[in-house]
Amino acid sequence: MKQQAYLSLEDIGVTFQTRKGPFTALQNVDLAIDKGQFVALIGHSGCGKSTLLNIIAGLVKPTRGVVLLDGDVIDRPGPDRAVIFQDHSLLPWLTVEENVRLAVDQTKKGASKAERREWVLHNLELVHMAHAATKRPGELSGGMKQRVGIARAVAMQPRVLLMDEPFGALDALTRASLQDAVMEIQAKLNNTVVMITHDVDEAVLLADRVVMMTNGPAATIGEDLAIDLARPRNRIEAAETPAYIHARQAVLHFLHQRYSNPFDKAA
Amino acid sequence: MTATSVLATAIEESASPPTSVPLPESVPAMNPSADSIPASARGVPETDGNSPAPPAPALSPLFERARDIAASILPTFLMLVLLLAVWEISCSTQESDLPSPSRVWSESYEVIVHPLKGVSFDSSGLKIEDGGDVGIAGHILTSLERVAIGYGMSAVAGVALGILIGQSLFAFRALDPLFQVLRTVPPLAWLPISLAIFQQAGPSAIFLIFITAIWPIILNTAAGVQNIPPTYRNVGRVLALSPLRYLMRIMLPATVPYMFTGLRIGVGMSWLAIVAAEMVQGGTGIGFFIWDSYNSSLLTDTIVALIWIGMVGFSLDRIVGWIGRRVARQG
Repeated sequence: MKQQAYLSLEDIGVTFQTRKGPFTALQNVDLAIDKGQFVALIGHSGCGKSTLLNIIAGLVKPTRGVVLLDGDVIDRPGPDRAVIFQDHSLLPWLTVEENVRLAVDQTKKGASKAERREWVLHNLELVHMAHAATKRPGELSGGMKQRVGIARAVAMQPRVLLMDEPFGALDALTRASLQDAVMEIQAKLNNTVVMITHDVDEAVLLADRVVMMTNGPAATIGEDLAIDLARPRNRIEAAETPAYIHARQAVLHFLHQRYSNPFDKAA
Repeated sequence: MTATSVLATAIEESASPPTSVPLPESVPAMNPSADSIPASARGVPETDGNSPAPPAPALSPLFERARDIAASILPTFLMLVLLLAVWEISCSTQESDLPSPSRVWSESYEVIVHPLKGVSFDSSGLKIEDGGDVGIAGHILTSLERVAIGYGMSAVAGVALGILIGQSLFAFRALDPLFQVLRTVPPLAWLPISLAIFQQAGPSAIFLIFITAIWPIILNTAAGVQNIPPTYRNVGRVLALSPLRYLMRIMLPATVPYMFTGLRIGVGMSWLAIVAAEMVQGGTGIGFFIWDSYNSSLLTDTIVALIWIGMVGFSLDRIVGWIGRRVARQG
């Protein structure tokens, strides 16, 4: 019997019923992730990578196959699989502190009020947002909102941290500073992370492993590349190392030669 | 040049000319009309006669604010004067069926200047004398009390039903067609049914207000629940919030703007129903007052009552709108 991975996706398939008949989005997806591993899922738009993340989150049920987390079958969403959404999805009627507090109240039910408050502020400090605790999301920039989104997810102490194109809506400079923040947090907490991205550099810089997906329909995992880069990684120094350049080339080759954008082909 | 950068430049270029126009130039354009009316009539504090008005950009903020208010009120005021003038001239002949404003003033003088007849305030609260001999404000207060009860009930029931059909697709499919049909029934048409159900005038009148006001509250609340952004729902699901916590922390706050749109339309509708309601329950109320003045051929009293109804309806609308904005801000 093979060693059971911490998070394992076994023969996942998703078929949507559409007006034109069944549409197979994902097929034969097998993925095993070790505890503390940072995995980036990369692929073109519409390849079903968001669907795959939602399956791990429990927000979408697969048509076939099973997801096991530390031996438990996943069949519904839960706070043990925190999600950082692309649009941050902070509740605009709550302050920054209350937004994080809502998550902490759900996950630290045994703790006293003071302990919970302490924990909320601790996590806001982790993303350097403690100064904005009493502000509402509407008063913050996009990057600051996503920092709070990260704090909310990390504060839940999830077994797996899921990121759905977390920096996709941000400008390049803000994105870089949030990537650094994620690396800093990851160095401290060593979470198990699954991150969706379509930014090659982001995948290579942050992840231990880049999982590349083929184009849909019936998308599956095309290639699985380990990134052998020492941590802590510095974006400028890392970019010059042969390992980084090699990994970047491999991902680019996969995305633009073997499985080029399906919309380019159609044109 | 890529398509997006072309677009961006185009937007920049089209946006720049307005900002390059100096602001003060657009201000004097409003002045001639504003200055043609004495400052006192516009509610603008008179400026000190010794110091000539400084150029527009240097005006004190207070003065500028007053002028803005005057500029927004002035057209309404002018329109009102014009309307009264046209009305007065067209109805000034003796054989005119519609009384002119001056006749309304002279014939309904008592009604206009003594609205609080029969109404008294003391330590035990507001008292309205029994019997028909009450000033128009007394009638209004009686009507407001009925509307408060009927509308209050429709607000509670409407929000609850709205959440039900917004949340459950089955309930929506079952009830929405029914609501869509019933909401088009005018208040007066409910009158015979209402009387048949309740047998008594009081509850029937309240029911009429209730049934008129409830539909926009239900339908707007339902729309609000259906339009909760999917990501907020997902936050609730990932956090595994209990149904009650989901209701309090996500569903209600996210629905507030829609809900208050419904509540605001509803308060207007409930006030519209008051005349129908008080045709059932005679004796007091502004609706009864209109019905009574019509039966006594006192058309001028009816006109006065119409103005009161309009002003009160307008105020109710503004009050609910204001509460909605307050609630939305606090979340």
